[in-house]
Amino acid sequence: MKRVYVNEAWCLGCHLCEYNCAFANSGLSDMVLALKGKPIYPRIHVEENEQISYAVSCRHCKDPVCVKSCIAGALSKQDGVIRIDKNKCVACYTCVLVCPYGALAPSEAGVMQKCELCLQNACGEPACVKGCPNRAIVYEERGEAE
Amino acid sequence: MKQYVIIGNGVAAAGCIEGIRSVDPEGGITVISEEKRAVYCRPLISYYLEGKTDLDRIGYRGADFYESMRARVLLGRKAVRIDPDAREIELDDGEKIGYTELCIAAGSSPFVPPFEGLDSVKNKYSFMTLDDALALDRGIGPDSRVLIVGAGLIGLKCAEGLAGRVKSVTVCDLADRVLSSILDTECAAMMQRHLERHGISFFLNDSAARFEENTAYMKSGAAVPFDVLVLAVGVRANTSLFKDMGGEVNRGIIVDERMRTSAQGIYAAGDCAEGTDISIGQKRVLAILPNAYMQGHAAGVNMAGGCEVFDKAIPMNSIGFFGLHAMTAGSYDGELYEEKTENSLKRLFTGDDLLKGFILIGCDERAGIYTSMIREKTPLSSVDFTLLKKAATTAAFSAEERRKKFGGVV
Repeated sequence: MKRVYVNEAWCLGCHLCEYNCAFANSGLSDMVLALKGKPIYPRIHVEENEQISYAVSCRHCKDPVCVKSCIAGALSKQDGVIRIDKNKCVACYTCVLVCPYGALAPSEAGVMQKCELCLQNACGEPACVKGCPNRAIVYEERGEAE
Repeated sequence: MKQYVIIGNGVAAAGCIEGIRSVDPEGGITVISEEKRAVYCRPLISYYLEGKTDLDRIGYRGADFYESMRARVLLGRKAVRIDPDAREIELDDGEKIGYTELCIAAGSSPFVPPFEGLDSVKNKYSFMTLDDALALDRGIGPDSRVLIVGAGLIGLKCAEGLAGRVKSVTVCDLADRVLSSILDTECAAMMQRHLERHGISFFLNDSAARFEENTAYMKSGAAVPFDVLVLAVGVRANTSLFKDMGGEVNRGIIVDERMRTSAQGIYAAGDCAEGTDISIGQKRVLAILPNAYMQGHAAGVNMAGGCEVFDKAIPMNSIGFFGLHAMTAGSYDGELYEEKTENSLKRLFTGDDLLKGFILIGCDERAGIYTSMIREKTPLSSVDFTLLKKAATTAAFSAEERRKKFGGVV
């Protein structure tokens, strides 16, 4: 299955992926209307230390501890993609407590959200990848177990 | 063809069913469920009172779960005896069901201490099952004064669920602080202040000495009038079926890391099981939902002839009240690192080159990075712990470790 990978040597730390993610999942067609002057709730975030930066989003783990830990049965794995049913989530934050990558965070509405590879929104493919100016984020098959 | 039997129909049972089917698509699965309901999310019953979930959404799996798993469910039936020699379960109506592999996922039951005068209280409830919540829901009104005995996870979630719907909520506990099983004194005090700001009243270090109809007479001498009483003192693992057949039981049914009990062909999972808490290296009942699923899944895989080890159990809780979240994990022994603001408190406990545990209140971002370090026993000397103290970030791991985590290739 294709996944999102980041090359930390190429990441500029520009945070554009976060904006492109928030826009792609906003349901709006105008980026200014969607993001300008508002706090954004991206499903990808840039991690950095003094030397490097790189973007992190859901790894769609083979053995997803978030799915196994969800107290609301809201997280599931469908065709290799970890998905969240926001209608069932009660925002208990147990997934935040267990995800080793820090890949789940609250949405604007309060319930949790996570990267679903833009397969459910109008973008159709990961917007973070499409908009990365240095091609530091890629969407490809690397033969990881599903 | 194997015949799998599961006693219990909670999240551990669901994990067991899914574990079995990940290995064996053929064998027969029979689930014995005392409750007349499909598997649902027990911890959500307080959210039901609050209106944040409903009878449709509270289901743990989809409506076609048992059908798609080809599992037969006996609703409203109780296992009364296990005959390990004949490999048979006897049900309450005398029916006998044979098994080749058995999983006991019988959960726990509310423990009610012998309070004097409790019989004279008419409007009293437990808070364990969805039926308990539905009964409580019918038993309250806008004018109800509610007294909850027990300031633990169950009692306080009940308090939050009721707060906006009744006249008053008072909570009492013998312990000197709220959430005494997961919070230390200072963290508990912070959470208590927050709960009090939302209208919950407390009698701590105190409890009901006796009840007289609608009044609780406290040990301290106070008299607390109430209309509705909720008993949330604690729970006990349902071990009697296994104990009666001579199986090895402590507080829970003793299991190894593949969820095998002392009896051949019998496994146990969830709140009734006692496995190893790796944060202290000792056997302990860890009655939390993630463990229930993971133990159930491991049991299922092993029952079906596969091999799944579950050796990562630690205590961990994420629990929020009125918008303030507390996350806790591991043990609180060791050297303390602390950060405090008016609205947040972070405590990290370290020792033996390991992160041993943490308490995070109001600062939960990416907390799973800390949790994974406890579960995986990541040596602190292999990470930039100075950076990690400030914020949970994978940037504190070595380049090699990051490549393993994020590169997809090693």
